[in-house]
Amino acid sequence: MSDNAYETDVVIIGAGPVGLFAVFELGLLGLKCHLIDILDRAGGQCAELYPEKPIYDIPAVPMCTGQELTDRLLEQINAFEPVFHFQEMAEKLTKLEDGRWHLTTDQGTEITSTVVVIAAGGGSFVPKKPHLDGLEDFEGSSVHYAVRRIEDFRDKRVVIAGGGDSALDWALNLHPVAKRITIVHHRDGFRAAPASVEHMRSLVEKGEMDFEIAQLAGLEGSGGQLSGVKVKTKTDGENTIEADTLLPFFGLTMKLGPIAEFGLNLHENLITVDTEKFETSVPSIFAIGDINTYPGKLKLILSGFHEGALMSQAAFAYCRPGERLRFQYTTSSSDLQKKLGVR
Amino acid sequence: MKITVTDLDGNDHVIEGKAGWTLMESIRDAGLPIKAECGGACACATCHVYVDMDWIDATGERSEEEEDMIDLALEVEDSSRLACQIELSDALEGLKVKLARDAVL
Repeated sequence: MSDNAYETDVVIIGAGPVGLFAVFELGLLGLKCHLIDILDRAGGQCAELYPEKPIYDIPAVPMCTGQELTDRLLEQINAFEPVFHFQEMAEKLTKLEDGRWHLTTDQGTEITSTVVVIAAGGGSFVPKKPHLDGLEDFEGSSVHYAVRRIEDFRDKRVVIAGGGDSALDWALNLHPVAKRITIVHHRDGFRAAPASVEHMRSLVEKGEMDFEIAQLAGLEGSGGQLSGVKVKTKTDGENTIEADTLLPFFGLTMKLGPIAEFGLNLHENLITVDTEKFETSVPSIFAIGDINTYPGKLKLILSGFHEGALMSQAAFAYCRPGERLRFQYTTSSSDLQKKLGVR
Repeated sequence: MKITVTDLDGNDHVIEGKAGWTLMESIRDAGLPIKAECGGACACATCHVYVDMDWIDATGERSEEEEDMIDLALEVEDSSRLACQIELSDALEGLKVKLARDAVL
């Protein structure tokens, strides 16, 4: 087995609150989990969209933020030693001859498991792409949604679009190596951290950086090589900024992605499941949380927790065939308390 | 109350709005394909709409939080709003809006 190949009981796609709590319910039954998530940390939407926003409908927790909920869940499942694979997207799922599943990610990680649980919420977070004609021709060569190596931008004329922290941070970080940086943003205000904005404005004042209040309007160039970025201003119409590279930073949006090709029955981009085991149309693949649908479905975190508990019972039957599942409470079972590491 | 929502193909849909609901909730309830990924928390900008010029004053101004979030929207116009931040009231009977490309599923 190579370094990035693993075997486990259950692979969970998605490390949001529902995926995390599934680790708990599966863990009580003695099942081990690996989790895959496209983000660089646990929490899913709670971490990416509303880490600071209050949540009031978690039973017995009158108020917590998205980040607090994530942190508490991580604490709660810590004893079960889940293995996380962050910044990876579940890409391909194949059935092995022995009945288990072989899942590969876009980063080449391979995991063999008895059960697959899809807890992917609204799908994978992917960069929001500007609506520009011919954009695909430049993606990967001249248009990038992330910076992997600062050196790649040495002596380049870079246009950075957006007004958040990603836009401002990269403008400032690439400034020393790039030939020229132009920030394109639709207004004179920024949502980015005030210190970054101040730094950027001082560079613009000194003539070391350009800032255009405008919107992206088009791309110029050929063969995947950008030569200019067309922008549209409110007052002066369109003009072109000479550029080798464009970095659009408009945040993330959610796409179902490769899961759509797993051969599961879908209804309006949601995975249909039964309400006894939350199993999909394919045996031993389950779907819990916002990504599933069934009559009466409510997209609530607490519903996802419930779905995880019932799913775990069925997952146990696949992972430990022939073994009888003993139903126990954490309050009274010394066996469960040992698993939780409290005894 | 009646609200007219124009889709990306330019087709008008007259939907039923409810006072006290947000515009996003009404559009979603009518079955139109609005993303509204964060569910109305002003945390994502995927319920981006353009308010008809005749209705700009009646729908009010963007809050600072909404202004910041609109930084993540594409093709922003003066009439851009996040539909989750417009609360419907009887004063908005007849409101007209158009879905933005980045708000549609």
